[in-house]
Amino acid sequence: MAEQNSYLDMQLLRFTTAGSVDDGKSTLIGRLLYDSKSIFEDQLDAVEHSSAKRGLQHVDLSLVTDGLKDEREQGITIDVAYRYFATPQRKFIIADTPGHIQYTRNMVTGASTANLALILVDVRNGVIEQTCRHSFIASLLQIPHLVVCINKMDLVDYDEQAYRKVVGEYKDFASKLDVKDVRFVPISALHGDNVVNRSEKMDWYQGETLLHTLETIHIGSDHNHIDCRFPVQTVIRPHNDKYHDYRGYAGRVAGGVFKPGDEVTVLPSGFSSKIKEIHCFETKFEEAFSPMSVSFTLEDDIDISRGDMIVRPNNQPHMLQDIDVMLCWFNQRGPMPRGKYIIRHTSNEARCMISEVLYKVNINTLHRLEDDKEIGMNDIARVRLRTTKPLMVDDYSDNRSTGSIILIDEGTNETVAAGMIKL
Amino acid sequence: MRYSLTHLKELEAESIFVMREVYAQFEKPAILFSGGKDSIVLTHLAKKAFWPARIPFPLVHIDTGHNFPETIEFRDNLVNKLGCQLIVGSVQKSIDDGRVREETGKNASRNALQTTTLLDTIEHYQFDACMGGARRDEEKARAKERFFSHRDDFGQWDPKNQRPELWNLFNGKKHMGEHFRVFPISNWTEMDVWQYILMENIEIPSLYIAHEREVIWRNNSWLPVSEHIKLEDSDKPEKRMIRFRTLGDITITGGVESDADTLAKIVEEVAAARQTERGNRADDKRSETSMEDRKKQGYF
Repeated sequence: MAEQNSYLDMQLLRFTTAGSVDDGKSTLIGRLLYDSKSIFEDQLDAVEHSSAKRGLQHVDLSLVTDGLKDEREQGITIDVAYRYFATPQRKFIIADTPGHIQYTRNMVTGASTANLALILVDVRNGVIEQTCRHSFIASLLQIPHLVVCINKMDLVDYDEQAYRKVVGEYKDFASKLDVKDVRFVPISALHGDNVVNRSEKMDWYQGETLLHTLETIHIGSDHNHIDCRFPVQTVIRPHNDKYHDYRGYAGRVAGGVFKPGDEVTVLPSGFSSKIKEIHCFETKFEEAFSPMSVSFTLEDDIDISRGDMIVRPNNQPHMLQDIDVMLCWFNQRGPMPRGKYIIRHTSNEARCMISEVLYKVNINTLHRLEDDKEIGMNDIARVRLRTTKPLMVDDYSDNRSTGSIILIDEGTNETVAAGMIKL
Repeated sequence: MRYSLTHLKELEAESIFVMREVYAQFEKPAILFSGGKDSIVLTHLAKKAFWPARIPFPLVHIDTGHNFPETIEFRDNLVNKLGCQLIVGSVQKSIDDGRVREETGKNASRNALQTTTLLDTIEHYQFDACMGGARRDEEKARAKERFFSHRDDFGQWDPKNQRPELWNLFNGKKHMGEHFRVFPISNWTEMDVWQYILMENIEIPSLYIAHEREVIWRNNSWLPVSEHIKLEDSDKPEKRMIRFRTLGDITITGGVESDADTLAKIVEEVAAARQTERGNRADDKRSETSMEDRKKQGYF
């Protein structure tokens, strides 16, 4: 629990966990919440009650993460669940996602906003298909930090060699991935070793506990503070006497640092002006950066509306109508041949079609499947989209916000796919 | 640290972004206002999101008729100050019109009846998005809720068939007759809400602050004595220093003994709390899945 006087300098860290009950994922989350004193007494009472009802001898911490009625009945996780805890240093948001192959869409969803991914490996099994799948999705979604928890160390007598062997296996595999920061922690979620409290049984491990890593890992550079991008969400026009001529362009900074006086270009029109003031409510800002929600006023009265993007004249995104993306398909119905979809990109919207499927990816082996181009639910494929108008895009690896899209079925209104833009 | 936000500022930025998306994507959005701290924070965020314009949404209050008098006074004052429209959906009227039947007995409550009044109000005013102050940390069914949560033309929630929600791309597309519930403070915890109220110095009803009140001990919490509660012989009203952690219908909202008479003391108390805030809400205690069941039918 956070101390009340430190709350004004706490940071927020979002992380995702993927795995099944067998890996001890739920037990690990239960352990993190329990040992950081984030479980309330009435929640614990409920877990004790459920444990007893299932005839268990001990309090099963994994039941802390129980959700919907069907999930409890079937002992599975159907959907992403969000959990929260805090220490005096940070507030944490966990996107708790099921790890089965058929739930790729949930893993992708949970990963899309995460700063960090926890990958769970059972030390007895080493790197298995599921480990590869989770790691690949983390790298595909460009989660900046991976923490590989080598779990169930208690079942191998806390043996250093067993741990080293799995670390070696993982490093071999990870060389194929695009991840910058990978760390390893030997843990026992069941007994709490190296989760919140340092293990007394693994003095050969000199590294940090899992919670300490979560509390201290540097996340300051996770946002892009170089390329200025401001997608306009809406225009604020008060129409009252005091602010009669006020036109505020409201949005959330998607990249770079904007300052009053900066020369800016508005896309797609190409008109130029200067930033007059940056506001959020009555506070005037000297600079605005991602992920702040602010509104800009400009020196000149130019036509700007939702979907436009304010950028710097010498650093502009690409204006493209043919866009290559890594697409994750979410819907039971595969893409319609030459079907049209609504494409959402930042606050912008257009129509598009999948003009070409380049290849599918086997998410367990990372192999490209050049011959199999039939996209189905939970498939990941490299495709080319043709849009009805140019979109202002960046490569996903440069900017997760201006580099991402979703596709919406025009008939059912469902979100059928998500994509990472590749330039 | 340069170019980094505190957790409260980041949560605030996310909520403001969501509210602006609602304004841009829907034709007739509204804020569901209960008079509780979460909907007060929501209203405060709306004020910030659209400044210097007025809040572009009406406040909709689903009134069970069993209110703390302070809640109504606070609501009317706030609406006055903000200059926005107030719409009241009355559960009493739904009962009088025969749309719902009042529960009877010792633990009778109008909580479940609100769903009908809420859905009738949404239909009558043709709201296509209703923003609520529900948070994912409150309850296990709410942990699975989206920011933009789709409701079919019966107002029902289908938890197993929710739209994936990625990055900050929100899909508010719908067919005629369907609507959305939107939860801008999904990612806030009770602690975040109190810290934010303290940081922003937001006015809240006095009910949240410890005062001496007349209460009875029932269902493991201190229930306020009011004209809406049926006293039995075994009930012994007494005076205690009480504050409320959540505000709902007066008949089901239990208080806790507390001497937290300032915002700072409340934050301190919440930090040390060992019980969840809804632990004193009789509506959640009816069964293990009572929130999920009510939400599926169209509850908040």
